Amino acid sequence: MNRAKNKVAEIIFFNATRVSVTLVLVALLAIFVSLLYKAYPAFSEFGFGFITSSAWDTNKGEFGALSSIYGTVVSTFIAMLLATPVAIGIAIFLTQIAPHKIRNFFSINIELLAAIPSIVYGMWGFIYFVPLVRDVFGGTGFGLLTGGMVLAVMILPFIASVSRDAMATTPEILKESAYALGATRFDTIKDVVFPYAKSGIIGSVILALGRAFGETMAVAFLIGGISKLPESITDPATSIPVALATQFGEAMGNEIYESSLFYLALILFVISFASIAVAKFVFLRRRDTK
Amino acid sequence: MNKQTLQKMARKRVMIDNLVKFVSITFTVFGLCFLFWIIATVIVKGMAGFSLSLFTDVSAFGGLGNAFLGQLQLVGVACIVGIPVGLLAGTYISEYGTNQKTLNFIRNISDIMMSTPSIVIGAFAYALLVRPFNSYSGWAGSFALAIMMIPVILKTTDDMLALVPKTLREASFALGATKFKCITSVVFRAAKNGLLTGVILSIARVAGETAPLLFTSSNSNFFSFDMSSAVPSLTVSIYDFSQLPDESLNAVAWAGALVLAVFVLGVNILGRFLIRK
Repeated sequence: MNRAKNKVAEIIFFNATRVSVTLVLVALLAIFVSLLYKAYPAFSEFGFGFITSSAWDTNKGEFGALSSIYGTVVSTFIAMLLATPVAIGIAIFLTQIAPHKIRNFFSINIELLAAIPSIVYGMWGFIYFVPLVRDVFGGTGFGLLTGGMVLAVMILPFIASVSRDAMATTPEILKESAYALGATRFDTIKDVVFPYAKSGIIGSVILALGRAFGETMAVAFLIGGISKLPESITDPATSIPVALATQFGEAMGNEIYESSLFYLALILFVISFASIAVAKFVFLRRRDTK
Repeated sequence: MNKQTLQKMARKRVMIDNLVKFVSITFTVFGLCFLFWIIATVIVKGMAGFSLSLFTDVSAFGGLGNAFLGQLQLVGVACIVGIPVGLLAGTYISEYGTNQKTLNFIRNISDIMMSTPSIVIGAFAYALLVRPFNSYSGWAGSFALAIMMIPVILKTTDDMLALVPKTLREASFALGATKFKCITSVVFRAAKNGLLTGVILSIARVAGETAPLLFTSSNSNFFSFDMSSAVPSLTVSIYDFSQLPDESLNAVAWAGALVLAVFVLGVNILGRFLIRK
């Protein structure tokens, strides 16, 4: 009797796990298919010209992705430029320089920086960075530069912790050999740790890139939200996530408008998918444990 | 090479070494400064707008009571769907799956889902659950949050179950346990803290999300228990309030941000503590 009950439980449990795994696969496929389906009207109207057109006039029904793609790419580029060297410096400190006792303390604190909700980053950037950029560079203070700077702070802990993990895998014996040959700490970092962790570090940077591309709230507070090609990095601009966040509400019911937004979402999905795929399959492959 | 040039070279190397050390320490301090700066800002600005009416008043009267309750509903429903699916899928990968290629494929799919921009997941929920019914809904918001929770839980479950020693499983099999019994009463029990950590971290992750809620659950200025219409949430209310040109409402937004940050950071610290135990 009990055995039969167990058998039923076993079958139910096993199938529940199988269904759950299938759901995960179906979900990703469904995201892609639904974006494709919803973007189709805009695609058939504008084709690939959508990507190279910067027209965005919701009243005239003209839509083009260029200004938001430009904003996404440039703000991300600024963020990467500022964050990468600092993050790698932090990773070096955490793995090579900090005494063992304080490593953990610093690591946890840096990682907590990544846990802060992005809306808080946006509000914080809004009160400190908008006036700062306005005073130093002129303009309104809203724009790609401000967005990029706050994005840099957001992705900093991310690059730092992934490259730290990569650097931490360097076998002690390799480092000891370098020291035994008279290398300084910097020589060891440059010629032993970096080459060993290189692919992990590049992988972390690409993953962060994907993350910065998709960041919405922090940028929404700072970029200005103007769907026009900016002339300089201090001009108000927009990005794909910001355009989606702020315009889905008003687009509801207007088919071509809505579909254009889905087209944007599809572009964003493809960009982030590609960056994750490159990071994972080219740079962050699991090392063979041999 | 004479002794002098050698000494010079050595000195130069030591100098570069010290410089690198200095720079990396400076960068770390710099990074931590931002953390403290943000936290200090949230505390100072948040305390200024903090009062009891924050929790009792609804948005329409300048409080966040409805937003807290709405957030609880949204995250709660997301948990009901996300936690079991994530745990079960992770269990399949770790315990039942046999084909390594397929399993790695699933792991990669899940990682891709984890890194998909939350706004894209919001757009998906909008296409699937908002547009067809022509109405914002709490269900759509919860659905988007659940999709974001699943890969986080899947990953930690997979990792944590892998840490359970094989001998423990063999021992339970030797005593005549079935696979189901072994997983539920031995493996799960051994990995309990790790699994809990995954769940907690996934809740922390979605609790701070704003983007996918903007056009799925949207917002409402009053209490709403009807998940098939707009449901207020803390994050969207903070966003709305901080955008308004009204200083007292901005202060309420900061007070909300304080509560949110304390919750998210607290939960993260709790998760780390549990995983070490």
